[in-house]
Amino acid sequence: MKKLLALVIALVMILSVSLALADGIKVGIVNNPPSESGYREANVKDFEKVFSAENGYEAKTFYSLKNDEQLNAATQFITDGVDYLLISAAETTGWEKVLNDAKEAGIVVFLFDRMIDCDPSLYAAAVVSDMSKEGDLAVQWLLDQKLDEYNVIHIQGAMASDAQLGRTGALDAQFEAGTMNKVVQQTATWDEAEAKKITESVINAKTPFNVIYAENDGMAKGAVAALDEAGISHGVGKDVIVMGFDCNKWALRELLAGNWNYDGQCSPFQAQVISDMIQKLEAGEAIEGLNEKNQIISEEKGFDATTLTEDDIATYGLGE
Amino acid sequence: MPERKKTGFFQNNSQLLIPLVAIGLLLIFNLIRDSSFFSVNIGTNNDGYPVLQGNLISILNGASELAILAMGMTLVTAASGGQDISVGCLAAIAGSVFVKVLRAGPITGWTVALGVVLCCLVAMVFGCFNGTLVSVFKIQPMIATLILFTCGRSIAYWINGGATPTVGSPIITAIGSFIPGIPVPTPILIVILVGIILSIVFRTTTLRLYIQSVGINQGAAKLNGINPLKIKLLAFILLGACCSVSGVIGVSRLSLINHETLLLNIEMDAILAVAIGGNSLGGGKFNMAGSILGAYTIQALTITLYAMKVPSTDVKAYKAIVIILLVILGSPVVKDAFRRLRMRSNSGRTSIGKEAA
Repeated sequence: MKKLLALVIALVMILSVSLALADGIKVGIVNNPPSESGYREANVKDFEKVFSAENGYEAKTFYSLKNDEQLNAATQFITDGVDYLLISAAETTGWEKVLNDAKEAGIVVFLFDRMIDCDPSLYAAAVVSDMSKEGDLAVQWLLDQKLDEYNVIHIQGAMASDAQLGRTGALDAQFEAGTMNKVVQQTATWDEAEAKKITESVINAKTPFNVIYAENDGMAKGAVAALDEAGISHGVGKDVIVMGFDCNKWALRELLAGNWNYDGQCSPFQAQVISDMIQKLEAGEAIEGLNEKNQIISEEKGFDATTLTEDDIATYGLGE
Repeated sequence: MPERKKTGFFQNNSQLLIPLVAIGLLLIFNLIRDSSFFSVNIGTNNDGYPVLQGNLISILNGASELAILAMGMTLVTAASGGQDISVGCLAAIAGSVFVKVLRAGPITGWTVALGVVLCCLVAMVFGCFNGTLVSVFKIQPMIATLILFTCGRSIAYWINGGATPTVGSPIITAIGSFIPGIPVPTPILIVILVGIILSIVFRTTTLRLYIQSVGINQGAAKLNGINPLKIKLLAFILLGACCSVSGVIGVSRLSLINHETLLLNIEMDAILAVAIGGNSLGGGKFNMAGSILGAYTIQALTITLYAMKVPSTDVKAYKAIVIILLVILGSPVVKDAFRRLRMRSNSGRTSIGKEAA
């Protein structure tokens, strides 16, 4: 009996020692699946790159578009005893219990990309984008072009999505103020082919326009296809200004070729910011630079075709 | 006897009445609203070639994928008495395969041909999968195709692994837009080609008869030596082929594939096109021309709403109102009422005729 006990104790000791040797900083990442969008694909890759074994992390990941599955995974990560929990929630609600559990277990929670409706004390920091800032940047760029007249075809994304609201808001303000004319404002629900049809209908109605403001790259490409078929010139120094969002690599190449004018981006790169904060906590320092909601607002980008470089495409372009 | 045959012929074509009236009303409405709606003119595209432009061209061009899918959907509906709700997803898979092949190397005429053939084969295999579930395992078509509906776009994503892969090439543009020198959009030509192929098949083979007999009474068809399994399977495989053609057009239009949005929700429009075309969704007799007209009706409606600049949040509601009207007009109850009305006037006329004689 004693022998057995000794053996068990010895085994447990060996196991705990080996565990202590093997582990880096244990991180549980709950995210949306990369298939969701080009944005998410870049986001997931960014986290894989930063939270790697080489950088001293032991990362477990879970991807789902469904909130309940994400909640289960987060609970599992807490049970597994991760040191840090990184969450990009599918929905803003339903997370309080899990976050409380994490707090009780002494796990530090970071939110990224998407906010959760809860008390800010439940997470260490949230690295998020200010969607309206992205639209503001783009519209400001457009105003800086100092056109005599702004006749805008506005092609919207899926209505009421975060990206649509943010990218629409600033332009709507201009329409209301009368600085820009709304030729048409339609949703193509991120569908490229639909964007082409909407643009075609404007061309067929022979309504004059000189700006295409599409809320993502794909829809901008759809609109441009309609312009090409109708023999309307577009791009730098041409008849129609083309604006897109997301900064896919292929879209930035269109900018570089002068076929498009502007591409805005809501930054998918939050991993390094979070990693820096974790390193600070590990070193016993406090996290700085948070606002009253414990947020860090990511810096947004907007690229002008006339100043874009190959390096920008390599650094900030999504996809391939 | 000849008189009965005449009514039979007339009844068969009265199926086309609803979509024809619908398109007619839409056209008249547009004519009153803005007579320039119909102007078709020849312009030059950015490559410097002459091309046809105008709303009519937009309608014909934009409905191409839908028209092709509606043809396939008609066959499946007629044979199995159910609908395939995975056509959009299957088109996305086919499109992904097409893009995968094109991205493997430099794009030449041969690689494009190879891509088309391969994606067609893959789509037919998936169609065969759907067909097997329906015919061999006797699963309700909507449930059987729900599987592919759920996972199809994930499969499409796995094939390429990227969010929106692009494939730029003059050949692709020629498929999705215009062949240099030909002013008619290529998708319209492809629809005509598919239509011709199908009508040749129907004229030279007994496929139409077999599909209808399986759809009307499977047991009776079996007793007459028709294998219902084979016929249903064939219908689904043909629909798969239609999906691949639509997928190729969809990809070529923009030289890019977005597996999440390529032909999104088109299954609903395709089923609707079949219904508007006056075909029974319970299977049996079918009228291909009706479904194609149905497809163009839906597209004409969409383009009209765009041309009217209906606010984006309201478009679907307006579409729904028109569609409800169309479907009610085409419903058996209303049709019966019309038939009774016509019979009454007919019998009145014949009795007058007899008196005169």
